[in-house]
Amino acid sequence: MTNQDIIAKIKTIVTPYTQRREGLLEFNESTNFLNDLEINSANLVDVVLDVEDEFDIEIDNNSMEGMMTVGDARDIILKKLNT
Amino acid sequence: MKRRVVITGLGVAAPNAIGIDKFEKALRNGVSGIKFHQVLKDLNFSCQIGGKPPVNQEIVDQYFTPLQQKGLNSSGLLYGVIAGVDAWKDAMLPVSSEEGPDWNSGIIFGTGILGVDKFREAIHLIDAGKTRRLGSTSVIQTMASGISAYLGGMLGCGNQVTTNSSACTTGTEAIIMGYDRILSGKAERMLVGSCSDDGPYVWGGFDAMRILPGNYNNNPEAASRPMSATATGFVPGSGAGALVLESLESALARGAIIYAEVLGGAVNSGGQRSGGSMTAANNDAVQRCITDALNSSGIEPNKIDYINGHLTATTRDATEIKNWTTALGRSGKDFPIINSLKGMTGHCLSASGSIESVATILQIKNQFVFENMNCEDTHAEIAGLISPQSIPKQTIETEINIAAKASFGFGDVNAVTIFKRYNN
Repeated sequence: MTNQDIIAKIKTIVTPYTQRREGLLEFNESTNFLNDLEINSANLVDVVLDVEDEFDIEIDNNSMEGMMTVGDARDIILKKLNT
Repeated sequence: MKRRVVITGLGVAAPNAIGIDKFEKALRNGVSGIKFHQVLKDLNFSCQIGGKPPVNQEIVDQYFTPLQQKGLNSSGLLYGVIAGVDAWKDAMLPVSSEEGPDWNSGIIFGTGILGVDKFREAIHLIDAGKTRRLGSTSVIQTMASGISAYLGGMLGCGNQVTTNSSACTTGTEAIIMGYDRILSGKAERMLVGSCSDDGPYVWGGFDAMRILPGNYNNNPEAASRPMSATATGFVPGSGAGALVLESLESALARGAIIYAEVLGGAVNSGGQRSGGSMTAANNDAVQRCITDALNSSGIEPNKIDYINGHLTATTRDATEIKNWTTALGRSGKDFPIINSLKGMTGHCLSASGSIESVATILQIKNQFVFENMNCEDTHAEIAGLISPQSIPKQTIETEINIAAKASFGFGDVNAVTIFKRYNN
């Protein structure tokens, strides 16, 4: 799976939770879930569960805490996919 | 001078219709919402029938965003939002902007239990050691106040936003609580109502108590028989009803359409004494509640034109009629007209008081009384107390100036409200 594939899948996952639609127009690895997309912080756990289902991985609480941007999420996914 | 409180909006999700216009048609035509449910049969229920509002995806899409629909599995919440939002729109009240809430509008929206199916989902995940898989939606759909919280956010209400719970009196109690809040000057508008979940996990406990009919599984529409000699128990229902209560000043200032006036009401408890118990009413308390409601409204017993009874289709129906005749000092041909919605919807539990109040208001506004369904064989004890003319078997057009609505619930709790026709 390429870097771009993963980012595209993350975009699909976060789209329903995104309250700031403009944030989706300039979606890249520096996009911040809370600031740029204005995802309700309570919904971050749902994003994590959707990521787990999509990539068939498990993201522990410690990994989740560092997941602030699209790039962070991609790195965690890549790491889990390769272990 | 005492403030006056009027009703300026209605919403309903009942087993026999969703939406006020369809509901009024269903009332007039005696449409039953009771159906056979295969799931109840599969689970070996004695009573395999019940009333559920006919919700489809198209309706859900009108009230919930795609995000709100993710993981949504709380029937009472669904019905409550439909009824509550409808009542607000019916009153032509605006949804508060992002700038801030409407500090003078509040919500008292009750329930018996919320999100039972959602809770079941959570229990299975937790027992499997997968608590983290619950996500963020478990708490908000299963906390009792989830319904008032959802409505509060959707509408932007900044006054008191809460959920009351008093079994089958919940909906009628919510009206009185909202009325009191406006009367005391603490709010100008209160969205009041109640909802009830449905399905096997809500209805199972009642089936186990053997107070539901088990002999109408092949004939669901005939099963709910308030005041009938052949009533064998109440049919479980569900849904939600909602009313916008508003100070008369506020309603007049914004040119609102006024359905009726809330003259007063009373709540009390029999204390599970003097014949009252967890499941049966103390008759003294019921009569006292009726009298207190009349006193709070400044109304003489002979002014009541119409009663919307609690009348669940159990052996207690005759006792209820006896209590009305005693409290009002009226019987035979002197007794007001009375009916029970439960013949069409079943007993909608915590939603019953609000759904039936919506039905009461519609009858006052449009001057009719809907038929008592499945009551062609009136119970002998009831027939001995009041005239057949008081129990219409067909929908009639008649003048209603003042109506009483009563609800009684487990825990020996009672609520009675008095509504009056509003003449512009």
